[in-house]
Amino acid sequence: MLEVRDLGKRFGGIAAVDGTSLDVAQGEIVALIGPNGAGKTTLFAAITGFVPPDTGHVRFLGETITGLPPHAICARGMVRTFQIVQPFGALTVRENIAVGAHLHHPRRTEALARAEQVAAQVGLDKRLDQPASTLTVAGRKRLELARALATEPKLLLLDEVMAGLNPTEISEIVPVVRAIRDSGVTVMLIEHVMQAVVSLSDRAYVLNNGRIIASGTTAEVASDPNVIEAYLGHGAAERVKTQLQAGHAS
Amino acid sequence: MSARVAGVILLAALLCVPFAVRSEFWLSFWLLVLMFAFLGQSWNVLGGYGGQFSFGHALFFGIGAYGTAVLQVRHGINAYVAGAMAVAIGALMGGIIGLLVFRYRLRGAYFALVTLAFAEVARILVASFQYTGSGFGILIPLSRSVENFQFADRRVFYLLAWVLVVIGSLIAIWLENSRFGAQLMAVRENEDAAQALGINIVRTKVLAIALSGGMAATVGVFYVQNYLFVDSHIAFGPAMSIEALLVCLVGGLGSVFGPLFGSVVLHAIGEAAKQATGNAPGLNLVLYGIILIVALRFLPNGIAGLFARRTRPKREAANA
Amino acid sequence: MLNVGLLLPAVINGVTMGAVYALIALGLTLIYGVLHIINFAHGSLLMLALYAAFFLYALGGVDPYVAIFVLMPAFFALGYVLQRFVIHPASHGRDENILLVTLGLAIIIDNLALWLWTSTTRTIDTKYSFEVVDLGVALIPLPKAIAFFGALVLAAILWWLIAWTDLGKAIRAVAREREGARLVGIRVEHIYAMTFGLGTAVVAAAACLLLPAFYVTPQVGYAFVLVAFTTVVLGGMGSFTGALVAGLLLGVVEALCGLYFGESLGQIGIFVIFILVLLFRPTGLFGARA
Repeated sequence: MLEVRDLGKRFGGIAAVDGTSLDVAQGEIVALIGPNGAGKTTLFAAITGFVPPDTGHVRFLGETITGLPPHAICARGMVRTFQIVQPFGALTVRENIAVGAHLHHPRRTEALARAEQVAAQVGLDKRLDQPASTLTVAGRKRLELARALATEPKLLLLDEVMAGLNPTEISEIVPVVRAIRDSGVTVMLIEHVMQAVVSLSDRAYVLNNGRIIASGTTAEVASDPNVIEAYLGHGAAERVKTQLQAGHAS
Repeated sequence: MSARVAGVILLAALLCVPFAVRSEFWLSFWLLVLMFAFLGQSWNVLGGYGGQFSFGHALFFGIGAYGTAVLQVRHGINAYVAGAMAVAIGALMGGIIGLLVFRYRLRGAYFALVTLAFAEVARILVASFQYTGSGFGILIPLSRSVENFQFADRRVFYLLAWVLVVIGSLIAIWLENSRFGAQLMAVRENEDAAQALGINIVRTKVLAIALSGGMAATVGVFYVQNYLFVDSHIAFGPAMSIEALLVCLVGGLGSVFGPLFGSVVLHAIGEAAKQATGNAPGLNLVLYGIILIVALRFLPNGIAGLFARRTRPKREAANA
Repeated sequence: MLNVGLLLPAVINGVTMGAVYALIALGLTLIYGVLHIINFAHGSLLMLALYAAFFLYALGGVDPYVAIFVLMPAFFALGYVLQRFVIHPASHGRDENILLVTLGLAIIIDNLALWLWTSTTRTIDTKYSFEVVDLGVALIPLPKAIAFFGALVLAAILWWLIAWTDLGKAIRAVAREREGARLVGIRVEHIYAMTFGLGTAVVAAAACLLLPAFYVTPQVGYAFVLVAFTTVVLGGMGSFTGALVAGLLLGVVEALCGLYFGESLGQIGIFVIFILVLLFRPTGLFGARA
């Protein structure tokens, strides 16, 4: 479904994304993980047209979309959410979601009705008439999710949708994301919250310094020494291995 | 009472004016109030619903005014046709300027300043060429007849202006209940998020400024038909630009009847001040400036915000 | 077409006018660089200072070049008060609101002047108003020459203030990192007000230098505001060097436009440049790349 090849983006002298390639197949939930500053959000931005890549290309559903503006990419079925939530503050929750729904529903009444349906999907149905600016962080995250869903995407890119949520809230959102996949939407998510990554994703890519350093199932990736070093520092892989052996021995 | 209800009541009251009021002076006064209400509504489309604050809306007003004047006086075109053409030119200029300015992502203060610059360029240009009357302005010959869009009875103008205000309110209601309006407001609230949801930012803004320009040009046409005279200062000077934005700000940005409330209150206060201080030039504008600052400080949602809220929330403070 | 005999005096005249534009812009760029405020009332404050200098001369016989020492502190105080007690509270910190509040101030000041002093053009005639400096290739009115040098001196003083004094350091700190500055104990609101005061004081000085070579009406503020903005944007928001260079450039452009297209179209060149700069290079000649 999504094919990213050799994508690169430099800012000044720094390569935020450096020759990255990845694939997402229909119906998957793929995670993109990596330490802070690895370039994950930049990668999302480059894929979805917010930042034009310097090198490489992106193909979505067989069509090359590199360099297209974000709204055109959204119209083709790939939509992203933002790490720092961006609600339309002065509008109500219903009106917020309706903006997304309007992509495929020109009539106002239809869009508002769709918004209600989507709100129910993410659990915001009690808050439809609240101003978006009064929502809690968890509520805003759901709103972000709902708005994106309302555009009826084929591929949903979630950027740290769990960030800032407490464990209860996380455990409430995880099934929502799973249900989204089950309803036919492919999902790629950037996540730091390992609990979510492990319980949701089929596969994961690990990004560090703009490059993919590992990929595979979450179990494979978690025990990959490169990944451990990326997160815990140089030499950590060895130390962890020694610790684990010592643990097994006792 | 909701703002909408208050607005409708106000409109109904204003409809009675030509029948209740005897003096020419007060008829003219309320006529101006209506015209400025529509001018404010034109600003509201771009600034209130669209979030792009223009400091040079006189540009479009002037295009309407000079457009119709020049077409009638220099080319002998029928007043209604000239007026329609002037409105079209106003909308077109709005679109062109929008394309130029929004393609290059001008926003906020930079956008406000560039609109001011355009208005000033227009002012200097029309004052420099014979074709547009140079420093003297243009006089439309008096010829009172319906075909010439001039009426012996000013009450006809008044009613037409009233209809215009109703149309303006309908346009605002349409914005609040349409896909275009929803997209425009999304762009106002958060451009990145709007883009991510499939909205073409530039196209949306350009359409908004074209609509706004056409509406403002309409007021220009009306003004000229009423007063039969326009010069560079009236058409493109700061007074109209300030009128357009003040009326909207005081009345309530992004609300259907805000511009009407603003126009009524502002001019009522201005007129009262004039009468109390014996018509000193400039004093009522001082009052306008004070009202602006007071409104910014205490009435972030304008007068419309004082009424009972519908479910719609309004502008929040900076870091809610 | 390129008659040097006409061209050179026009250019030189443009340069002297440009120095004044630069001086006016200096205050504006300082205010923008630190507070990130587009101060719409800047022109009105200039006009107010012009009137102040005028009345000091007309009623008190105080020479404008002497009045500088009176008006600079007075206007510094005015600027401080305006920022601390009017602009800051009314704007709730939102950028668009600040623009509107300063617009409101401009409207108030401009029309107060209209009401109090009417539209009559006021000029002053000092002993030296009609003296000229003979540069061989052109004759420059003495007041304009003094304005030119005065502008350079003031710019230098302002630069010294910002670069070398404690106040200047505090101002730069706040400009770069407001919350960090607050954390090290700098009173940010006070510094904002000081900066605004400084910018206003500079404008008062510009007025004193300008008056002998110019005139004052209530509309003068509005006329200067756009030129000042053009200068600041062309030079780069926050850059003193930029304001100087841009001011001189614009003075020359205006003079040349006036020469080739006639007086009334003279200012068009400036606005066209303004629009072009905003579209194609909003960071200006010397501004920080966004």
